[in-house]
Amino acid sequence: MRVGVITFPGTLDDRDAARAVVAGGSEAVSLWHADADLKNVDAVILPGGFSYGDYLRCGAISRFAPVMNLVIEAASKGMPVLGICNGFQVLCESHLLPGALTRNSDLHFLCRDQEIEIVNNTTAWTSSYKSGEKIVIPLKNGEGSFQCDENTLAQLEGEGRVIARYVGQNPNGSRNLIAGITNARGNVVGLMPHPEHAINELTGPSAQGLGFFTSILNAMVN
Amino acid sequence: MAKIVVDVMLKPEILDPQGNAVASALPRLGFSFTKSVRQGKRFEIEVEGEPTADQLAQVEKAAEVLLSNPVIENFVVRVEK
Repeated sequence: MRVGVITFPGTLDDRDAARAVVAGGSEAVSLWHADADLKNVDAVILPGGFSYGDYLRCGAISRFAPVMNLVIEAASKGMPVLGICNGFQVLCESHLLPGALTRNSDLHFLCRDQEIEIVNNTTAWTSSYKSGEKIVIPLKNGEGSFQCDENTLAQLEGEGRVIARYVGQNPNGSRNLIAGITNARGNVVGLMPHPEHAINELTGPSAQGLGFFTSILNAMVN
Repeated sequence: MAKIVVDVMLKPEILDPQGNAVASALPRLGFSFTKSVRQGKRFEIEVEGEPTADQLAQVEKAAEVLLSNPVIENFVVRVEK
């Protein structure tokens, strides 16, 4: 099982994402934003960071990186894609996921351990969790407020496409406490908090983020 | 030389925390009449001579796919001499 991890100029969390892929039992394959080749990977992770300096809008310029054309094409054919934080923003700008991530409602860059509830465990990236399971993983971003119009929100909720919600007080003004969503097919997932920073209790608040990276192995085996 | 100007603003229903922060700072400087502030982006695209209809159409397209995010923003394209 080969999981690609894309590095854009300004990406920060590619190494932790690659470590998490390996800890989850898969092989991590480094992909560069200018690559015109997905190197035969079975799945792709768009990690967190500040790709292209967040210029224009977060993820807006990364969307047009050469590797993204291949990711968009592969995702439309069902390849599992996970976007974490900045990667989630790139997936929204690429229209692989609906909505947009805007400035946190209190303007602060947040960096803290955040409890979230997994509310859809049927996607390629969440099957290791129980529905309703609560986990604590880091949340660190300035533009994490999930916004969309009423119709899109009703569609996401009606089709069970919210995959995770913040527990407790809304950290950033996201609609319906949304921390992560999936596409209609369930292969593309965007998540604002960082499971890749929570795979070992020595270096993270928990090891509860690992489930995202073991789920992908289940998805491929089954 | 003319400029094609693209103004991009958050849609009215989208929360603008930066605009709100500016609005709350203005009274501290004595601007007490401020009702609200919305913050946006302005792009100035220089062209040789008068912009053609084709160039304006291309800028409209660029505004739609790159300069703005239609999910959360509106834009206006105009020519400034």
